Amino acid sequence: MSAVRAEHLAAGYRADEPVLRDVEFAAEAGQTVAVLAPNGGGKTTLFRTLLGELAAAHGTFAVDGTLASVPQHDQARLDFPVSALDVALMGAYGRTPWWRRIARADREAAREALARVGLADRARDAFGSLSGGQRRRVAIARAIVQDARVLLLDEPFAGVDRASEERILAVLDELAGEGRTLLIASHDVEQSRRWDRVLCLNRRQIAFGTPEDTLTAPTLAATYGDELVVLREPRMGLTIQHHDH
Amino acid sequence: MTILDRALLEAVLLGLACGPLSVWLLAYRQAYAAESLAHAMLPGLALAAAAGAPLLLGGAGGVVAAGLLVALAARDRRIGGDVAIAVTVTALFGLGALLALDSETPLADLLFGDLLGVTDSDLVAAAVLAGSVALLLAAGHRPLTAAAFAPLPETRPARVQAALLVLLGAAIVVAVQGLGNLLVLALLVAPGVAVRPLPSLRAQLLAAAAMGAGSGALGVLASDRLGTAAGASVAIVLVLVAVVALLASGGGGDRVRRSPIEALGGRA
Repeated sequence: MSAVRAEHLAAGYRADEPVLRDVEFAAEAGQTVAVLAPNGGGKTTLFRTLLGELAAAHGTFAVDGTLASVPQHDQARLDFPVSALDVALMGAYGRTPWWRRIARADREAAREALARVGLADRARDAFGSLSGGQRRRVAIARAIVQDARVLLLDEPFAGVDRASEERILAVLDELAGEGRTLLIASHDVEQSRRWDRVLCLNRRQIAFGTPEDTLTAPTLAATYGDELVVLREPRMGLTIQHHDH
Repeated sequence: MTILDRALLEAVLLGLACGPLSVWLLAYRQAYAAESLAHAMLPGLALAAAAGAPLLLGGAGGVVAAGLLVALAARDRRIGGDVAIAVTVTALFGLGALLALDSETPLADLLFGDLLGVTDSDLVAAAVLAGSVALLLAAGHRPLTAAAFAPLPETRPARVQAALLVLLGAAIVVAVQGLGNLLVLALLVAPGVAVRPLPSLRAQLLAAAAMGAGSGALGVLASDRLGTAAGASVAIVLVLVAVVALLASGGGGDRVRRSPIEALGGRA
């Protein structure tokens, strides 16, 4: 069984008006999948459907094993008195009965997860005092503590400093190496060449396949429409022009 | 037990219960909800006083009715939720004052409480409240933490917040015996404000319980020495401690500068 499989999937906020349709892909264990879409193209809808927050309007999907999400906007309160370690420990909340303390093994796992994202020395620091990139790394540590088989990462590199980006890339490679499946929503077309598969969405599925097959000018034009700006032919450097809505 | 002993015990128990609760109320930005509920429950208290029924019963009815009406008003789209709540709360408060004029219990006792007149059953209620709040906050610590930190759908923020408001309602019903429906607010807000500079939730919750209980005791003792009203003295001690803690912690660097109009809630 594939780790994540969608068949004829359509989803949206209203059943009669799906925001996203014709989604048909399968990601295997250990695969990394870039999800490319313009703003409003349906990547958030796809993630929320996989998380069970939105009902599928048509079609089916299946996730093999537990699912963890690393949201782009954690909506986290920066004035809330929790440390980086406290936030990583939240990954163990789901499996801790309310009358028990968090298991020692989970505390150990949270420290290890912070070490993996390069924040072992910041474990006691207030979450709100960390940089944006460091906070994103803590969110990934929390997902590691959740020990999910499938991770949904919503633009893990947006607004992230260089050091954090390299660290996150290394950790994502490790996680995939452990047989976890990663869906990585991104606007970075160049970077998506390094992932195993690319899923292009623009209110419907445009393409799914290897980077070589999908990252072609016609597919990207269909995905991004007029947000696409071609910088350098013929090496096909691309950038995405955001229109803020 | 002397009258003073009873007042001391009541103030300490209420402080133990409301202190930690206030940390969560501020974390969920529910100070306005606490004020609305406490003020709008007056008709329930007044009716119970007029009928000679236990104030606890009237308070419970008053809080439930106030909670429903405030929730209903919050949905108003014509004049906006906060305006509708303000109107509703004022109307209920006025109605309560009218009803209380005919009762044997003076209106002042309902508004400001009567710490020196607490009965055995009041003390039992306060002890049960303190115990249940401690138990429920401990049991719900992780859901409360997760939803307050980041209200993502999987943390069920609406459900957690509703549970917190039920706890708030219970605390108001019990605490109103000693502090009245105006002064009870000091106990539900000041400890949370005072402990804000502390870096961890655990430290904040413990310190808030200590501060609530300590300020309660100090207020009662001071009122005994100075011959001032007990409830008002407790409220003033609470607010003073909160102000001193805020000033002592400094934090002027990240203070947001706002115009007086903004600070009062206007969007100038």
